[in-house]
Amino acid sequence: MMSNSNGSNSESATHLITVRNVTKLYVMGSEELYALKGISLGIEKNEYVAIMGPSGSGKSTLMNILGCLDTPTSGDYFLNGKNVSEMDDDELAEIRNREIGFVFQTFNLLPRSNALHNVELPLVYSGMHKSDRLERAEQALIDVGLQDRMKHKPNELSGGQRQRVAIARALVNNPSIILADEPTGNLDTRTGQEIMQLLEELNLQGNTIIIVTHEEDIAQHARRIVKIRDGDIEDDYLSKRGKEFQNAKTQ
Amino acid sequence: MNFWIEIKENFAIAYKAITANKMRSFLATLGIVIGVTSVTLMQTAIEGINRAFEKSISAVGADVLYVQKFEWFGKEDFDFYRNRKDITMAQYDYLSNNAQTAAVMCPTTGTGKTLKYKDLVLENVFVVGTTYEYQETFGLNMEEGRFFTASESEGAYPVCVIGMDIKKAFFENQDPLGKTIKIGTYSFRVIGVIEKQGSLLGLFSLDNRVIIPIERFFNLFGGKRSLSINIKAADINNLDETKEEVRSIMRKARKVDYGERDDFGINQQEAFKTTYESLTGLIKIIGTLITSLSLIVGSVGIANIMFVSVKERTKEIGIRKAIGAKRSTIMYQFLIESVAICLLGGLIGIMISFPISLIIDAYVLPTAMPLWVIVLGIFVSLLFGVMAGFFPAFSASKMDPVESLRYE
Repeated sequence: MMSNSNGSNSESATHLITVRNVTKLYVMGSEELYALKGISLGIEKNEYVAIMGPSGSGKSTLMNILGCLDTPTSGDYFLNGKNVSEMDDDELAEIRNREIGFVFQTFNLLPRSNALHNVELPLVYSGMHKSDRLERAEQALIDVGLQDRMKHKPNELSGGQRQRVAIARALVNNPSIILADEPTGNLDTRTGQEIMQLLEELNLQGNTIIIVTHEEDIAQHARRIVKIRDGDIEDDYLSKRGKEFQNAKTQ
Repeated sequence: MNFWIEIKENFAIAYKAITANKMRSFLATLGIVIGVTSVTLMQTAIEGINRAFEKSISAVGADVLYVQKFEWFGKEDFDFYRNRKDITMAQYDYLSNNAQTAAVMCPTTGTGKTLKYKDLVLENVFVVGTTYEYQETFGLNMEEGRFFTASESEGAYPVCVIGMDIKKAFFENQDPLGKTIKIGTYSFRVIGVIEKQGSLLGLFSLDNRVIIPIERFFNLFGGKRSLSINIKAADINNLDETKEEVRSIMRKARKVDYGERDDFGINQQEAFKTTYESLTGLIKIIGTLITSLSLIVGSVGIANIMFVSVKERTKEIGIRKAIGAKRSTIMYQFLIESVAICLLGGLIGIMISFPISLIIDAYVLPTAMPLWVIVLGIFVSLLFGVMAGFFPAFSASKMDPVESLRYE
């Protein structure tokens, strides 16, 4: 397996995320389209990575694979040492439940459930008992500053508050990675800044965060930027913040 | 993974989904309500008809065997049975002396006669000639007076026991005991009245009868008749054993050679039941199928609603999958929703049909909704819930999380 590696990630076992030669092929009628053309990527624990690219670049496909919502056509994806690319639907569901916290552009909260129940839901699927669930969910909502909005339904909350509920839901099961897909895309600039601030705090507390965005200034909040174009990695570099951070560490 | 935690959650989801679309849930439930109501009422009606039948043949006696020339509902023609040798008192005595598994038995014969009391006349009353054992064989209770005794029956005394219809006709407001009535042209003293018996199959009144000692009957109306020997088994659970014993004794008494078929019939209540079943069985099955049809239509409606519900909640399915719901979890979610709708419909259906069954009982035909019909109603609605929900739930569970998250 190691011989198939393209070299740059040969010490893959130590990474939180290791993607090796991942391709994704879409067949539409007689047309074949490679959305990913053999991507390799390693992400460490507690990194804060922005995946950037224009629409159609393959960044959404990559995010879906990283989020275990989809599996690659070929290549390997190791998450926490487990080869996700060979898992079946139910195993993937369990990985999504325990290892990944999603934050979506459109929030994707259940409209008929209140904030608390939305946050509680991943714990339901991991089989936790009601009293423990409530305690954890309440704590997660307190952590994102929504202690007095717990019983509100999504349509009674502002966009920023909804996204905070979504972040609380992503956090509640202590996942290995938080995967945020255009988290500020449906928010005004000021609220967007608040959400980015919150993600930054979560990163400083030790969470690994991957955001997918096409906005340069949003990407600049991350420490590392991976640019995708036409299904391949175009560039992979430290952001201004990342460089500051590294300098601070080496001094 | 804790199964019950998921199931509880799924019930909560189903409750929310059903209450969120009240009108839709109501209409979807209506089909099942109608289906379960008609199925349970049909079964209740069948039960009522069965009970009415059982009651109408109860006079035949479940534990009584009738040895006769004729076979009830026999397949041969009338002459075949008529031309058989008569069943005689000698055969009765022989059977009576040899049967071990019979509790009691009596011979009977009968004919139609005109009865008179003073200037009152009753035409075509059935006159039964029998012995004192008759009362015990058929377990008869006396309304008034007593049955005749062994010595009265053997001594051919001119005494009679009358049915309730005759008492009403002759002795409306007086004591019948000790009165003399005329059977044909012969006088008999009334010594007892049998309590009301009802009728056989609603056709022959068992109360329009007069019972006299068989020896007297022979003397007055002629002795060259074929008898019916009526045998009460010692144990109803060993009825077949008694039947076999009676058969072999009767064959000996009538000198039927080995290998030849019986030249007599051993009849029992069972024959009525078999005939009844063969007549009504098909009707019951068709009735059940037709009423089930309404349930099937109802469940197709629910399947339809569930497909709409799944489609509408594609995004929700995507969200649930993204945060860790497995295929089975999604599957159960929609199955439970459809089962909940059907079960609700089933319970409402039972709540509607139960009072209707009481109305039927009071005004149409004595019946009661048996417990098993209620259990059946609940079980059937569960079953149809699963059937209606299966394919929609399966399609939901198979949804691709990426596609369904993108669905608007």
